[in-house]
Order: sequence, then structure tokens, then C-alpha cells
Amino acid sequence: MTAHLLFFYTFAFVAVFSSIMVITSKNTVHSVFFLILDFISISCLFIMIGAEFLGMMMLIVYVGAVAVLFLFVVMMLNVSQQQNQWFSSKGASTHIPIGLLVGAVIFFELIIVIGGWKYKPNILSTSLLKISSETTNTHSIGSVLYTDYIHVFQLSGMILLVAMIGAIVLTFRQRSGLKRQSYFKQISRERSDSVKLTDVESKKGVKIDD
Amino acid sequence: MIEYINIILMETYKILFLLIPVLVSVALIVWLDRRVWAFVQKRRGPNVVGPFGLFQSLADALKYIFKEIIIPASSNKVIFTLAPIITMTLALIAWAVIPFSEDFVLADINVGILYLFAVSSLGVYGIIMGGWASNSKYPFLGSIRSAAQMISYEVSIGVIIINVLLCVGSLNLSEIVLAQKKIWFIVPLFPMFVIFFISALAETNRPPFDLPEAEAELVAGYQTEYSGMMYAMFWLGEYANILLMCAMGSILFLGGWLPPLDIHPFYLIPGPIWLIFKILFLFILFALVKATVPRYRYDQLMKLGWKIFLPFSLIWVVLTAGYLLYFDLLPLK
Repeated sequence: MTAHLLFFYTFAFVAVFSSIMVITSKNTVHSVFFLILDFISISCLFIMIGAEFLGMMMLIVYVGAVAVLFLFVVMMLNVSQQQNQWFSSKGASTHIPIGLLVGAVIFFELIIVIGGWKYKPNILSTSLLKISSETTNTHSIGSVLYTDYIHVFQLSGMILLVAMIGAIVLTFRQRSGLKRQSYFKQISRERSDSVKLTDVESKKGVKIDD
Repeated sequence: MIEYINIILMETYKILFLLIPVLVSVALIVWLDRRVWAFVQKRRGPNVVGPFGLFQSLADALKYIFKEIIIPASSNKVIFTLAPIITMTLALIAWAVIPFSEDFVLADINVGILYLFAVSSLGVYGIIMGGWASNSKYPFLGSIRSAAQMISYEVSIGVIIINVLLCVGSLNLSEIVLAQKKIWFIVPLFPMFVIFFISALAETNRPPFDLPEAEAELVAGYQTEYSGMMYAMFWLGEYANILLMCAMGSILFLGGWLPPLDIHPFYLIPGPIWLIFKILFLFILFALVKATVPRYRYDQLMKLGWKIFLPFSLIWVVLTAGYLLYFDLLPLK
């Protein structure tokens, strides 16, 4: 039990510390690295409570893909321009009320969730989900997602697809004068339509481009 | 307290028992790579240090250790130092879940294949961090290229893994191997094996997909500013990753520690030896590809990943699932 507690507090401390560092560090690239550290320690916490599938998915999706794209964008920025103080600049102060509002909403949601846990400790066993402790959590997540909640699951997939197509449509622009390679054209080129033999008369030359 | 210390000591012993052979085989595999490459080109390759030049990698490593480590003045020093350490660590921790035989595995976790996938997808960070922290244009270009490349090919590797998992019904690596007792997955899923092999080449930045370090355009890509032991760590991490991909390929498609036929005389050779043979076979294929194929252009690489491999492997998921469903072969529990 002691080892368990020790590990829990280590990961929890790292998670809290790195999430504070995400918003306070001046260098944006460092912020993203702290965000990644945060994701990793959260996934370690997931694994510690036995949700190994969720922990691994956290690593694969957030750390392996999403954070790489964050990093990708942030690295393109000019870091020396980014080093101004966020809190002291003029533009930042107008965003503070909205930030406070969002923070308050998240805080109350957290209170509701923790309250449910606190006053109804058997919430898991009374829920309608068919979770048995014998199957691995990959099996149980699958059997819940693809049976009871299949429509919600499919719907969220469709929303993501629409969002993806929307992003592509919004940023896509047709540039003129772009040379594209077409394998089909290249392979189907015949000798007859690309090579021409001409007799060159002496002292007159020949015009090739016509 | 005493039992904790005992457990920690036992685990350390096991980890060392696994890691030291891995590191030694990385050194040998570098030698093998150069030898195969040389034989294809009708050269001799490294053959001076030790018998057949076997100790060449050790001599190289010794040279790297005694060289000065130069850290560029305008680099981001912390991240610059972290990058090779991360590459090396990630390449080594993945070996924890590789099953060498039925009872010879360090951590037999339920989601072994996901763990392998996650660790190999984290590998991109060493490269990105190294490229960015060097504060120089060639490393940066190399790391940006490599980030895009590794993310693209990870997607198709993920879909290929789904194909295998459909046939197994478990995420545990030992169960994936045991499910191939009757027939190796390379037979029913041969096209997936080919795509996995090519994606593994791209994932480990091997030729013909070594664009992150394309020496003709980018000096040495993300490694340009590195020297001495730090360069050697990148290099060791890269080869450990290649070995890992070979191990993953042999577990997913070539039946891991299982012999080719399920009959007695093959079982006289112990399981780990079979696995090592398979890893070596895949590695020699890697080396042959390096020796024979010219480098891809970057847009061709992206086209291959997103427009050919991804749709093709998705179609195979549908085909495999349909086949298993129709003939009632789904591994339901």
C-alpha cells in the first residue's frame, strides 16, 4: 500500500506541477513540453487505477498525435516574439473575464462529479452498465460502447468527420500554375506523341518549339 | 520494507538480464547492417577489428565516448541534452513487453500491443526536440519532416494492428503469438505484412524513407549539431528501434517464438532462438532494402502513406472482419 501511495503522490504532484508550468512558462515550446509531461503523468494515474486501456489511449492519441501537432504549430512561431509577458500585456486583460467564467463552470462541474462520488459510493454498481470485474477493461469498454451506446458513438464519429472535412474545406485553396505529377500520364506516354524526327536542312536550322 | 527492496532488486536483475543482451545485439546489428550493405555493393565492409570485424561497433562506441561533446551556444541546452536521452530510453523501455517465450517476458500486461504502439509513437519526440533545440535550420527542417512522416505512417501501422487483433481477440502479446499456433498470420494477412514492413521502414527513418537525415539536402538532419556520446545515443536508439520494429513484425506476423510447423522436432530448438532467427531475418530484409532502393521524394512519401496505405489497410480491416463474421471465426470469449 505504501508503494502505491508513493507512486500516486509522485504522479499527482508531477501532473499538478506541470499543468501549472503550462500556463506560467514564458516560452511557448516549453509550455507544450510541460503539457506532454502532464498527459503522461495523467495516463500513469489511469494505469494505476487499473484503467490500462484508457491510459494507453491517452498516450497514443494525446501524446503521440495531438501534442505533436501542437508542437508542430508552436515551433513555427518566432519564439523571441512570444517571450513577452502574457499577464502584463494590454490585450490579455480583456480575455480575463471569459477565462474566469470558463474556469468557474469547470470548477462547478468538478464539484458535481466529486459530490456524486462522495454521497453515493455505490454509483458504479447501481448504474445500468453491464461491467463485470472479470473481463479486461478493453472488453468491457468495447461491449458497452458498441451495444448500448452505439448510436451516440457513431454520432460522435460523424461529428468528428464533419469537423475534419470542414477544416480541410476552409483552408483549401486552389493555387494556379502548380505542376503536379501524374503517374498515369507518365506511364502512358508513347514514343509516337513525344518524339519527332525532323530532317534539318543545312544552314537553315529547324524550329523545335511550335 | 525488506520485501519491497527484495522486489526492486529482483526486478533490476531481470531488467539488466534483458537490457544488456539488447544493447549488445544493437552493437552487433550495426555491424551486420554495414556488412550486408557492403556485400550488396561488392565491398568487404568492416572486417578488421576482431573476428570478421565483429568488434567494429565497440571500437566506434569507444571513439564516440572519448570525443568532446559540443553544445551549440545558442541552443536550448536542457532540451538539447534531453533529446538523445529520450530517444534511447524510449527505444529500450519498449522491450519490457516483448515475449521471448511462453514464460520469458518481463511484463505480461493486458494491453501489450497498445503499449508497444504508444512507445513507438512517442519516439518522434526525441527527434523533434533535438531538431528544435539545436536552433539551426537543417536540424529544424529535418525534425519537421520526421514529425510529419512518423505521424503519417503510425496511422497505417495502427490499422494493420487492428487487422491482427481481429484475428486474435486480445491485446496481449503472448496471446497474439499463441493464436498463430496453427498458421502464422503472414499467410492469411500477407498484404498487411508487406505494408507493415514498409511502414516500419518509414517509422524508423530507414532508407528509402530517411528524409529526416537526408544527407544530400540537410547535412545530417536533426543530428547535425550533435557530437560525441550524444550522437552515439541517437544512433543506438535508432538501431534499438529498428530491432524493436523487427521484433514487433515477427510477433504480429511470423509467430513470435513458435516454430514454423507445429510438430515435435522443431520444438527441440527453444523459443527465444526462433524469435531471434525471425528478428534477424526481418533485419536482413531491412538492410537489403537500404542497399538497393533510392530515397523517396517527400511528396511521394506522403502520398504513399495517406492515399495508398491508409485506404488499402482500411479496406483490409473490412475484408478481414467480413470474412471472420461470415465463416463464424470471430474469437469471441
